[in-house]
Amino acid sequence: MSPTYYLLLSALLFSIGAVGVLVRRNAIVVFMCIELMLNAVNLTLVTFSRIDGRLDGQIIAFFVMVVAAAEVVVGLAIIMSIFRSRRSASIDDANLLKY
Amino acid sequence: MTLAQAVLAQAAEVSLGETVTFWILGPLALAGALGMIFARNAVHSALWLALTMLNLGALYVVQQAPFLGFVQIIVYTGAVMMLFLFVLMLIGRDSPDAVAEVLRGQRLAAAVLGVGLAGLLSAALARALSSVQSVGLGANDLGSAGNVGGIGRLLFTDFLFPFELTSALLITAAVGAMVLGHARPRSLAKRGQRATVQARLRGEHDRISPLPGPGVFATASSVATPAVLPDGSVASDSLAEIIASVPAEPREPRELPPSGQETKS
Repeated sequence: MSPTYYLLLSALLFSIGAVGVLVRRNAIVVFMCIELMLNAVNLTLVTFSRIDGRLDGQIIAFFVMVVAAAEVVVGLAIIMSIFRSRRSASIDDANLLKY
Repeated sequence: MTLAQAVLAQAAEVSLGETVTFWILGPLALAGALGMIFARNAVHSALWLALTMLNLGALYVVQQAPFLGFVQIIVYTGAVMMLFLFVLMLIGRDSPDAVAEVLRGQRLAAAVLGVGLAGLLSAALARALSSVQSVGLGANDLGSAGNVGGIGRLLFTDFLFPFELTSALLITAAVGAMVLGHARPRSLAKRGQRATVQARLRGEHDRISPLPGPGVFATASSVATPAVLPDGSVASDSLAEIIASVPAEPREPRELPPSGQETKS
């Protein structure tokens, strides 16, 4: 077994996350699918760091985690404010940014 | 071959234990991802995603990234998933997930696209990287301080500026979340009587006056008795919708005591 298998696993996870973003209707579940895609990319970065023999990949994965945390906070706040004005968390209902 | 090279070569190889770990944790992570997509309930989706993230954290640890593995478990499964669950509980667990397809054939197209993307990525990776020898994070790269020390050294030397930008990003995110999440009072000033009447006359409700009450007569005190308008017709507004929608039962003829026979005998 070579580390390539980790890359295949991460490719599968990324594809599943992409399908989830396209299929699901609940805004929070769509957000979770985006998190899954970010995690898959992180696994790729860690694996490349190991293949390459340098720590840079792990550093970039760390930065991805930080950005993902900030994104989750702001995104969930947006979902909350949309829900407060529209009483719905479905992405089909949110076709206007105002009102 | 020096000792360092031997250690390096050993670290680059995939050991049997790692293979076993991968084939246990990898399918579990995949199952968590699939469960997240197919779970109807959003809370179940969150729990499936937590399973996937835990497995990925363990895989990081196996792949010589113990710091990232623990950060993954603490930040993602600890903080981010709890944030997701909090928002789910605030919004309401039962907020309906629309099942109807708005775009025709979207699910099928998404499934085809997903399978295509997975096939493309997997084929490309498998072809391009099948003969790549992994170097492995040997003793040279980790240094004497180990993984955490190496990452810290890189963060505060080569990646210092992005690290500083990260702090600005986090502050901005915190302020943004506070601004967005702040619940404004619904109406700052109480509405007076004049404003209430004006809003009512402008069509705030369907009708200006309150609904008429049910008719109460000497023969019946039921709310199912409609009020009668001056011309004798039934005021349909006086009945609740649920009462008006139920078909009336045929009234049984009242049994009067046979008084005539009694007087005869």
